[in-house]
Amino acid sequence: MENLLSVFSYSFFWRALIVGVLVSLCAALLGVNLVLKRYSMLGDGLSHVAFGAAAVALAVGAAPLKVAVPVVVIAAFLLLRISENGKIKGDAAIAVVSSSALAIGVIVATMTTGMNTDINNYMFGSILAVSKEDVVFTVIIAVAVILMYLLFYNRLFAATFDENFAAATGVKVKLYNCLLAVLTAVTVVIGMRMMGALLISSIITFPALSSMRVCRKYRSVTVVSVIISVFSFLTGLFLSVCYDMPAGASVVVVNLIIFLVLSFSGRIRK
Amino acid sequence: MKTLIEVENLSVAFEGNAVFKNLNFKINEGDYLCIAGENGSGKTTLMKCILGLDVKYSGAIKYGGITKNSIGWLPQRSETKRDFPASVFEIVLSGFAGKKETGLFYSSKQKKQALNYMETMEISGLKNRCFSSLSGGQQQRVLLCRALCAADRVLLLDEPVTGLDSSAVNELYTAIQRLNKSGITVIMITHDICSGLKYANKVLHISEGGYFFGEKSEYILTEYYKKAQGGI
Repeated sequence: MENLLSVFSYSFFWRALIVGVLVSLCAALLGVNLVLKRYSMLGDGLSHVAFGAAAVALAVGAAPLKVAVPVVVIAAFLLLRISENGKIKGDAAIAVVSSSALAIGVIVATMTTGMNTDINNYMFGSILAVSKEDVVFTVIIAVAVILMYLLFYNRLFAATFDENFAAATGVKVKLYNCLLAVLTAVTVVIGMRMMGALLISSIITFPALSSMRVCRKYRSVTVVSVIISVFSFLTGLFLSVCYDMPAGASVVVVNLIIFLVLSFSGRIRK
Repeated sequence: MKTLIEVENLSVAFEGNAVFKNLNFKINEGDYLCIAGENGSGKTTLMKCILGLDVKYSGAIKYGGITKNSIGWLPQRSETKRDFPASVFEIVLSGFAGKKETGLFYSSKQKKQALNYMETMEISGLKNRCFSSLSGGQQQRVLLCRALCAADRVLLLDEPVTGLDSSAVNELYTAIQRLNKSGITVIMITHDICSGLKYANKVLHISEGGYFFGEKSEYILTEYYKKAQGGI
């Protein structure tokens, strides 16, 4: 408990708190659409690409975020295009791209800087790693995601529920798909610092899956996802500070527990 | 009468095999067109061409003064997700999503209209139910209401009566006829040649060797009609 109180006086903690809450919120919103579109693996694939890009950037001495954001956005577009054109199925495309990016990242890292703390932080996350720049960046992205959600809520629902119907009746489905991919890409990159590249995709999928255990309406699924996501993050951060557990992994485990509890109670209600 | 959709020399082929070749026909405002033909004759593909979905075709489709956001569509049953967490009302309202006037929220006028359609289709009691918990026939009626919300000028229906019992089928056909009388153009794919044809004024019959397009009165004299009646 003393740990918990004293930690409030550190600025790194506040930065982690702000970035974490906002990233959890964005990830939960985007996650609802991605999961329902059968696109859960997009976040996972993109996070590996982000890791690869960050490792290469560290090796050449560039700022990892500035390299990772454009690379991951491009990767998101490519993955969308590939799965729309249908020759290779979306999940296979993501598997190929994500392991390739991870492999390249690991090779570059071991041959140059070695598998040092920086690399380790990118893989598994660290709350100490959040910079002031990250905070500003995160606030901008969070505002963009929330605005998109509010402005296009109805159209996003239509495009997610039935893409063909939406496209046939005048909803610009491709535009919304791109928007979704870009925002996911950026959210993944900024979340990777704290959550870790290997763990970030879980905060995209878990909240949506958990809320779908108990909610039967799209609107309530969305709202409950956000609540679950933010709650899991705060609990995970609390565990991390009090018991010295790794933050990213703690958040994932809290999400897992919530998922299990809700699955169980959802089954009982049936 | 104003031509809404004009199809010229339309051909579609999948992997080198022609689905249909050189279709030519016109749909006028206020028409009620039935599209008939055997399985695999390309009825659904033709509908997707008209809707502007990703189908590669040769030839031309011209639209006279209608845009995508004045079209409503009821897809074939298998094509929508059945396990989606959404309430009936959310899905029906999503028919309005492509409209220009739809902003942050659906307007009260749109909500009222949606409720009206739901009453006609006798699903207003299911308003807050989860879509995936409904029976096949109920789901079909929900999707039809969504199509009606979207259909300002043209309504396209792909086998609308699948999964409905006979009294619901009659209600649905009467509801469609009412809409048609109020000025909405109807294009309907049907297997059910006897009752499906009842209110139609034009027929397009596609078959492997060729096609027929014309007034219903001409159609019932053709070999196509006799074959379709005897065949099913």
